[in-house]
Parts: sequence; C-alpha cells; structure tokens
Amino acid sequence: MAETILEVSHITKQYKEGQPVLDDLSLEVHKGEVVVIVGPSGCGKSTLLRTMNALEPIQKGKITYRGQEVRPDAKNITELRQKIGMVFQSYDLFPHKTILENVTLAPVLVQKRNKAEVEEEALKLLDRVNLADRKDDYPRQLSGGQKQRVAICRALAMHPEVMLFDEVTAALDPEMVREVLDVMLELAKQGNTMVIVTHEMAFAKAVADRVVFIDQGKIVEEGSPIDFFEHPKMDRTQKFLNTFSFNKVEKEAE
Amino acid sequence: MRDLGIDILFKGVNFQRLLEGLWVSMRISLISVAISIVLGLLIGALMTLKNPVIKVITRIYLEIVRIMPQLVLLFIVFFGTTRVLGINIDAEYASIIVFSFWGTAEMGDLVRSALISIPRHQYESAAALGMNQRQTFTKIILPQTLRRLIPNSINLITRMIKTTSLVMMIGVVEVLKVGQQIIEANRTTDPNGAFVVYGAVFILYFIACWPISMLARYLEKRWN
Repeated sequence: MAETILEVSHITKQYKEGQPVLDDLSLEVHKGEVVVIVGPSGCGKSTLLRTMNALEPIQKGKITYRGQEVRPDAKNITELRQKIGMVFQSYDLFPHKTILENVTLAPVLVQKRNKAEVEEEALKLLDRVNLADRKDDYPRQLSGGQKQRVAICRALAMHPEVMLFDEVTAALDPEMVREVLDVMLELAKQGNTMVIVTHEMAFAKAVADRVVFIDQGKIVEEGSPIDFFEHPKMDRTQKFLNTFSFNKVEKEAE
Repeated sequence: MRDLGIDILFKGVNFQRLLEGLWVSMRISLISVAISIVLGLLIGALMTLKNPVIKVITRIYLEIVRIMPQLVLLFIVFFGTTRVLGINIDAEYASIIVFSFWGTAEMGDLVRSALISIPRHQYESAAALGMNQRQTFTKIILPQTLRRLIPNSINLITRMIKTTSLVMMIGVVEVLKVGQQIIEANRTTDPNGAFVVYGAVFILYFIACWPISMLARYLEKRWN
C-alpha cells in the first residue's frame, strides 16, 4: 500500500458537555487515494475534515501529516496547512481581490514564490476550469459554481499534497454542481490525494477509492465504493443509503 | 434691490482673517481626526476581544461620549482642569483633546462593528492557505474592514469638522468667531453684514467638507 500522508488516530472532539462530535475515530489517507466521507447531517464529517487542517481543536488523540502533528497551536502549522489544501462549502473567496489575485495571493505572500511564475501557473489553473477570461473580475461577478472552481484553483496553486473538500457543492444550484464535480473528477484522475465530504452519492461512487460512512462521531463502515453502495454490511449503512432512493409512487385505489 | 454689502468681506484684511479662522477650525478637526483614526483602530480592535474588563471599560467610555454633549466636554476639559487640577490648558489643545476623545470612541465603535462583520470564513480560508495571523490581518481582514468603514467614518469626520464651531465657546478664534468679530466691528457701517459674513462662513465649511464627501463617494464606487 502507498505511503500514509494523513493519519488520524483515536481522536475525540467534544464541546464542553454531552455527546462527543467525534468519538475515538481513526482514519488513514494514503498517497494518491480519494477518500469520500459520507453520513447524515451532524454526524461529524465536516468537523473531522476541519480537524485535519487544525481549524478545530481536538480533546484526545492525534492527527499527523507525514509524522508531524497537526494541531492549531503547532509551531509549524502554517507550513503544514500549505501541504493540506482545503476548499469550503461557502467558497470564501477574498471579495476585495480579483480572481487572479485570489489564486496568486498566498503562493506569493506565504511561499515567497516569483510573482510572474505564479501568475502564469494561476492562469493555467484557471484555464483548466474555463475561467481564464474572468481573471480580472471580482468574486461578486461570478456565479456560485464559478466561485467554487476558483476556490479549487486557489487551493491547488499552493501545491498541496492532499486536498480536503468540505461539502463544496452543498450551497450550489443543481446545474452548477456538475461543473464543480467534473473539476474534482479530473483532479482524481490525475492521481491527486483527496478527502471529500459530500452528499452527492452518485459522485461519491464515481470518484472514491474508499468510502467512509460516519454516524454519531464514529466510523460505522468503510470500503470500496462497490462494496459500500452495493453490499453494505451494516444495517445503519443500509438505512442511510435508503434515504437516497425512492420507490415509484403507487396511487391508492379510490 | 438693497445693497447686500458683499464688500464687507474684502474690507481690510477681513477675508484673510476668515481664511485664518477656517485654518484654525481645520487644524483642530484634522489633528483630532488623525488621532481618532489611529486610536480608534486600536480601541475598535480591543473592543472585539472577549475580555470582560476591557468590554466594560470601553462600553462605559463609549456611553460617556455618546451621552455627554461635546460642549460640556469642552467646558470640563478647559475650565474644569484649571479649577480642579490647577493646570492651564491652551484652548486649542483642550479642543483637540475633547475632539480626539469623542472621535476615538465613535471611530472605535465603527471599527468594532466593521471587524465583527467580516465573516469567520475569511479567517479560516486565509488560515487554510497557510497564512499566519499577521498576514491574515494585513492582507485579508484589514482591507475589507477599511472598505466597510469608509461611509460611516466620512460621516464622522465631516461631523467633527462642523462641530468645531463649538470651540469658540472656550475662546478659540475659529472661522465662526472671526465672522462674528467682523460683523461686530462693522455694525455701524454695514448693518446688513451678518448675512454676507455668515454666508461666507457657510461656503467655507462647504469647501472644507465637500472634497471629503467626494473622496468617500469615489472610494465607495471604486471598491464596490
């Protein structure tokens, strides 16, 4: 098996009192692997993703990137975050910067790379998502799907080793979902390491090397997409998957 | 038509004195505005902290400034300090102290509300790109805060310029006081002088505040 890039081991996340959001959860992400995390709302899947970029502190356990601990107060956290790219549900482009500046800002500012080279690369990235002609526009002039594609470029421009996608299509209109998912499928095809939280089951099936089903802060089941979607072992998984299928309505006889 | 008496403005050094008076008004207000912007950014940033002691202190400060008429503040600082502390503050300095005290509080509150209106996600997406706190603040948060600050702070600045007309009450000879002196001095020769002189004062205030409003409009257009 390929080398482990991210290792989540026995983490627990809890807000003061009550039920933990993440409960002694462990997960490994290997190089070139696409891990898709699914589960009902509030199961902790987004929280898990956020802990992997140290945006959320954890109470127990440990998360490591290539052996280095990922913690909000780690000294080298800014360097680690450069290696762990993240795309959010609400895109969160910088509204006061143009599309091109949104993509080039961090590589120039944080990684001190040559501005001309970064711009050239940014234009290539934008071209891949068909937005090169919008480079001088501001985020507010773009549709949701376009903004999300820019946000993906912005994360890619940092050359991360693993990308985290947090329900990136959840805030989009149905027609725009596709254009964003296509970009992600392309990234997966190129062998990028990705961890994706999504509600799009058909997409999960197509893109995943491994599907992880989380409920109440625990991993209930994980496996290849075929096993997971065609032959789920656990009742809980079956019940969850059933919520995505509908039986044809049979009109009651009058 | 009766003679409006415009020539009163140009008798002797009258017009020059009005301009000098305007310069006093502008000096007091612009120095205070500069101090208020710097201190207001600091106070505003402090106000966003969760510390309860800082919260109470800044809250009381803001309420004092809001409740107290500027004229009362001027009297307290100018007359009060002399009586109680035995120090003699120059009237112009006293004005700058009061105007800065006022401007800092209001500016601080504007900065606070602009800062908290920046969505948490802006901080997070900057962090996720590996930016440290300083980079996040200077490149992401501050530019957006300044854009949100412009309309209200321009309003505050022009209010501060206009309110300098109060400082004549503690003996500062600013543009309005100069106008009154000119009217008094020419009461016998130009009994209708008041209209022209106050009219001139109005135009001078307008000339002082208008460019600032125009600048604000330009910036708002450019940034939105």
